[in-house]
Order: sequence, then structure tokens, then C-alpha cells
Amino acid sequence: MEIPRNSETYYDSASRGTPALEELREIFNYRNLILQLTRRDITARYKRSVLGIAWTMLNPLGMMIVLSIAFSHIFKFETEFGYPAFVLSGILSWNFFSQTTTAAMVNLVWGGGILHRIYIPRTSFAIAAIATGLVNFLLATVPLFLIMMITGVPLRPTILFLPVSMILLASFALGVGLLISTFAVYYPDVSEMYSIAMYGWMYLSPVIYPIDILPENFRFWITHLNPMYFFIELYRLPIYYGRMPTLDIWLPAVLISLITLVVGWIVFTIKADEFSYRI
Amino acid sequence: MEASKAVITLENAAVRYRTPTERYNTFKEFAIRWLQRRVQNTSFWALRNINLEVCKGEVFGLVGQNGAGKSTLLKLISRVLRPTEGQVRVRGRVVPLLELGAGFHPELSGRENIYLNGAMLGYNRHEMEGKFQRIVEFSELHEFIEAPLRTYSSGMWARLGFSVAIDADPDILILDEILSVGDEAFQRKCFSRIEEFRKRNVTILMVSHNTQQIADMCQRAAWLDHGHIQSLGETGKVIADYRFSQNA
Repeated sequence: MEIPRNSETYYDSASRGTPALEELREIFNYRNLILQLTRRDITARYKRSVLGIAWTMLNPLGMMIVLSIAFSHIFKFETEFGYPAFVLSGILSWNFFSQTTTAAMVNLVWGGGILHRIYIPRTSFAIAAIATGLVNFLLATVPLFLIMMITGVPLRPTILFLPVSMILLASFALGVGLLISTFAVYYPDVSEMYSIAMYGWMYLSPVIYPIDILPENFRFWITHLNPMYFFIELYRLPIYYGRMPTLDIWLPAVLISLITLVVGWIVFTIKADEFSYRI
Repeated sequence: MEASKAVITLENAAVRYRTPTERYNTFKEFAIRWLQRRVQNTSFWALRNINLEVCKGEVFGLVGQNGAGKSTLLKLISRVLRPTEGQVRVRGRVVPLLELGAGFHPELSGRENIYLNGAMLGYNRHEMEGKFQRIVEFSELHEFIEAPLRTYSSGMWARLGFSVAIDADPDILILDEILSVGDEAFQRKCFSRIEEFRKRNVTILMVSHNTQQIADMCQRAAWLDHGHIQSLGETGKVIADYRFSQNA
């Protein structure tokens, strides 16, 4: 479907449907733009480096090696199939969430000058950020499989569930990204606060440690109040443990990701008109 | 003019910018003031009471001092801003020739930037592939098209942006303070392309400080001052009013 051509294009500032739905239609019209923005984010970053796109894989790998050495010998976590694959699966899913939400916010606040000059759908930045993250996330499963093979973690058919986990996490990330972008436009401080919050949030999630090492009462709070708990488990269960996620994991994940996405989208699109006045 | 032929209509349009009186650098400062109920905003009306109609195929000029609100008016028409009051109606595809190189990324090549810029103007992949060759031809940047944009001079940068925009298929073309890009030969090419658009009945909105240019090219014009339309109608009269105010 192309943009309606010539005399069919009609803009009337007074006839306003629901901003949320209007934005949805515009994003569909401008889908090539999302593709181009994603391409830009991915290629521009590694244009001048020798290893190029390989860095998206080497980065989490490096982190995993450091953490494995540190924690396997110092803390000796009990993980079913060896620590390296455990921690790498946690790092990958966490990085996806943290990097995409931060990028959505930063791209809007600092790169949003475009909005002063030409009309593009406001949600483009956040959506492109999530899309870029998804590409990196997919590429990073290559080293994950490699590590699994090296450390003897069996590859089971449950990995076919992985796309579902990734999509749910992406929806959650998009919702969060849209929400914090909105706040960051009004209060640039938010971007500083967010990076600190991310730091703390990571340690409150079972990224580098298995949830069982936490004392009972503490564990209760994490498994019931931390949304990232569900998404990390949703990613780890099929690929590392080789089990399908049970209802108590996937149901909250679906609900949380849907609600966050819808709320984030609505809040963002309602406030979006004011962005050209503010950025 | 017949109402059916109007492609741009502004009815009582107004744009108000609201800036806080005090600068709040941190959220904490703002929160304290907000709790004290002492957050004050100053309003600045960039445009007020704008009533304007432009017909299809017209070449319409806009004159006024810097800060009069000309760019704001153009932003209303190109959907960058929504009116605070009133209504804006636009029929047809708007191409703002003013935004040369919108979104150009210095690390990407000329080719990649053409596709990116085209996507921002609303074209899909298939359309861009068709336009690519023409754009490169017009810009005369064949040898450099695969090089990253950071290696381009500012003139080349502007030429590329211009070439992407001018290859558009506009119904309404907006020219804001052009055309000092490129050498004379390039400028002549641009003007002849604009002339082609005019012959094809494309509506053209021109903003320029060069009142002679406005007088030569526009049939009707408006003079904006401090956000209000001071004079509207036949170009000669509007320019005379504007000049008179400048010399008084």
C-alpha cells in the first residue's frame, strides 16, 4: 500500500481520529522509513571498524567470558548445564531490553531535530530502535549456540519457541521505550536516571545469577514484581533448560508485554504533538 | 477563488509556543517549583489569526522580517506543527525543498543517504529505486556517490539534498530562502526544474528576502509581521506595503 498519491492526500488539522490509531496507520505508510532507519543504525555504527558487524556478537561474548571466569571460580553458582551458557543467555536478553529502550529515548531526544524540519511519524525512532535491537539479538544467538556446543549444553527442539520469547520481550521493550521517551522529552534528566535504574534493575533480575540463590522472601518479591524476571525466564527456559515455559511464566509475560505496549503507545501518541515544540 | 480549487486553507490558525519563565535544568528544580505552585510559563504567539487560501497552480509569495513567523507558517502546512488554534487544510503531497539533507548521516554513503532521505519524504523502496539514477544525474555527484557523506563539501551536501527533494512528485512545493546552493549552472538547472513544476500546475509557496524574486515569480503574496498577516493579495501591492513599512 503506497501513500495515497496527489489529490488523494488530504490533511485536515481539525479532523483528528484517535492519535493512537492515526499513528498506527502512518507507521504503516512509512514502513520503508523504519527499514531505512534500522539500516542506518546498524551500518553506521560499524562502518569504520575492521571487524564490523562481528562486534555485535563479540561484545556479549567478551562479557560472558569475564563473568564466567569471575563467578564460576569465586561464587560457584549451581546451574544445571554450566555457567557460561547460563550467563550468556541472561546477558543477551538483558542487553536487548536495556539497549533498545535507551536507544529509543536517546534517538528521540537528541536526534529528534528532524521533527522540526519534516513530518515523520513520531514513533519511528522507538520502533527503529527495537528493530535494530532485534537484528543484533538474532545475530547474537550464533555465539550462544557456539558456547552451548562447546560447554555441552544440548540443543533441543524447544529452541523453536525462541521467536515467541523475543517478540514478547520486544513488545515490552517498545512499550517501555515509548514511555520513557515521553518523559525524557520533558525532563532530560530522565536519561541519566534511567541508566542508573537499569544498572540496579539488572542486579534485581536473574541475569547473572540463578534465582534459587536468593533467600525465600526476597525471591518472592522478584518473581512477583519484576517484569523482567518473566522475560528472562521466557528466553532461558527453551534455550538453556530445554523446557517449554509454563503458564506461570508465559501468561504474566503476555499480559505485561501487551499492557505495557498499549499504554506506552497511547501515552506517547497523545503527547507526541507537543514534541516539535520541545525538542 | 472557487472553494473547490483551494489546496491550502488556513482558518484562524495560530501557533503558541510555551516556554517556562525560569529555566529548569533538573527535574528536581522543576518538582520543587511545581510543588510550590510557582511554575510559570510565558506564551509566545508565533502566529495569530491567520486566514489564508492558496489555489492549485498558484505561485504564492511570503515576505516579512526575520522572526515574523514565515517558517512557522510553512511548518503548519507541512505538518511539522499542529495549530494551537484554528484549522489547517492541505490537499496534495507537500514537498518542502527547504529541508535539504534532512536526516543525512555523515557515516553513510551518498547512495545510502539518498534512500534514507527518500524514505523520510515518504517514498517506498520500489519508488526510490526508480528515482535513484535521476537523482544522481541531477546532483552531478556520480564519482562520489559511494563515498561517505563526511567527505563531502558543504556544497556537495546541499546539492545532494536538493536533488533528492527536487526529484519528488509534489502537488505543493515549498521554497524557503533558496537557492544559494551550487554554482550558477546548478542554480539554473534548479530554476528550470521549478519552472517545469509551475507549468505542470504545481502549487508553489515561496519565501524570500529578495523581494524582486517574489515580484518576478509570484502572482499573489502575503506580508507577515509579528505573527500577523499585514497585507494579502496581489504581489505588487503587498511588496509595496512591506517596503513602505521598512523605510518608514
